Amino acid sequence: MKKMKKPLSRSRIIARIKFAVALFFTVLFICFSLFASYLAPYDPLETHYDHMLEAPSSRFIFGTDQLGRDIYSRILYGGKTSLLIAFAVTGIVSFIGILIGTAAGYMGGVFDSLLMRFCDTLMAFPGSIFTIALVSFIGTGVTNMILAMCLTSWTGFARTSRSLVLSIKNNVYIEQAKMGGASDWKILMVYIIPNVLPALLVNIFQSIGSKLLTISGLSLLGLGSPPPTPEWGFMLSEGKNFMYQASWMLTFPGLIILINVVIFNFLSDSIQDLMNPKESVW
Amino acid sequence: MLKQIKDRMISLLIILTGLSILTYGLLYLLPSDPIEVLIDSLGLPHDTETIERLNEEYGFDKPFWIQYWNWLKNIFHGDFGYSVKYSQPVNQALWRKLPNTIKLACSAFIMMIIISFPLGILSAVYKNKIADYIIRFMSFIGVSIPSFWFGMILVYLFGVQLKWLPVAGFTSWKGLIMPTLTLGITNSAYYIRRIRAVMVEQMSEEYISGLKSRGLSKKKIIFRHVLPNSLLAVITMLGMSFGGMLGGTMIVETVFGWNGIGSAAMGAITARDYYLVQGYVLWMGFIYVIVNLVVDISYQFIDPRIRRGMQAK
Repeated sequence: MKKMKKPLSRSRIIARIKFAVALFFTVLFICFSLFASYLAPYDPLETHYDHMLEAPSSRFIFGTDQLGRDIYSRILYGGKTSLLIAFAVTGIVSFIGILIGTAAGYMGGVFDSLLMRFCDTLMAFPGSIFTIALVSFIGTGVTNMILAMCLTSWTGFARTSRSLVLSIKNNVYIEQAKMGGASDWKILMVYIIPNVLPALLVNIFQSIGSKLLTISGLSLLGLGSPPPTPEWGFMLSEGKNFMYQASWMLTFPGLIILINVVIFNFLSDSIQDLMNPKESVW
Repeated sequence: MLKQIKDRMISLLIILTGLSILTYGLLYLLPSDPIEVLIDSLGLPHDTETIERLNEEYGFDKPFWIQYWNWLKNIFHGDFGYSVKYSQPVNQALWRKLPNTIKLACSAFIMMIIISFPLGILSAVYKNKIADYIIRFMSFIGVSIPSFWFGMILVYLFGVQLKWLPVAGFTSWKGLIMPTLTLGITNSAYYIRRIRAVMVEQMSEEYISGLKSRGLSKKKIIFRHVLPNSLLAVITMLGMSFGGMLGGTMIVETVFGWNGIGSAAMGAITARDYYLVQGYVLWMGFIYVIVNLVVDISYQFIDPRIRRGMQAK
């Protein structure tokens, strides 16, 4: 028993420190992208033809690419696009998914089973294959990319929130609210969604990380915004062609994707720990 | 048991129907008219006569459902349309490249299992010890790393720097190594986390303290009780992991120039060869659904509760 109690409080403290650290780095990296125009030493599209494929130096700290563009500046500006898309998609998708999922879980019946079949169908396409196909059919570019990702990834939120609703639906306080004459809409908005939302926070931040991976994958395949715009994934596909001469073109964009995904996954993990202090399974 | 199989079959049918409707619907998302795509794919001139003739033959002027039905009938006859890029029927183009993708997916899948089972179990058994922390850290990075970047780094290290493996020209078994490592390692990170989570959950069950109080050794508890009980949950996840692996093949194949259906589809996207992309999407969805069905059914045979229930009836 003594053994049980001690790590409990300690793990709480650790969880709080973890969350603070995660939050700090999240804000830091969002700021990097937000203030890209102030932080970048060069214009991301500015070419220095006398400094092509130059190794990292004090003048170009991450080196330059095949057109003599500053990789550091391009990474900063690229973050703006990637993070913006990731936030937009996660925002839209979580809103729609949670709304549909909770409504389905609460109402049940035909709507619920229809919706679940539809989710099953969308999830029957492995990985991001359907997203890639959608983008290739509706056309490339940022808006289409957001649209395609939204269309395919709301199902995860719908499913999770549905199962959360099912687990609290039969609680006494909801029965009481019903007896008190609250409308379905009010019960959903006041009693159910606020209750499931904290648990979904973990999924929301995790989604940002995985969206960043999808975005860079799409832009690597050339399905993102058209070429001169700096984008991490596309920078990597360019870097691949110059692997022999300029390894920094490969290292830095990849590293920055990794760091950003790590940060959002870490944040989501730390929220999980914070909310579930008894025993973090992970 | 029979009822379960029947239910499973009905939901399978619904999913496959939905899958085909969504895939067919892709053509309607094109900025251009589907008939123009068909004309392009057949290499015909864009005049009213051809359009009328094709309308008559393919029914593009008919309602969506009739068109879909006609398309579906063609699919059942193995006709997925004609691929402009490969100048042959989509079916043939995909069929020829499918073995390469299956080879890659399967070897990566085996690699994933070889890596993730021991590490996942180790991590759970030595929970909150140094080994656990190291494995957790590595798998945390593994979950976050972009697989294509990991692949590129492998190419850079083993191909460019050390010159152990070929950078391009992936024909021999040696060419299989790096794509397999890329897919296998990045996917095993998810799996290690899952195995650990399932086992840790099992170990906090009450029957474990019961076994402990009876004086069973830790080794016995883990191998005789925790592991078999966790295995069930782990197996259901296998189906999903295989899906992730199939989905991942597209990007990895493109990065490594692996001659499978994923890179074929990618080439088709750039060449605006829409019928091939459509065929690819449908094939992948179909394979994934079937794999999951197999996993589901095998799961029912492995779970002693369900198996015994079956015998009792």
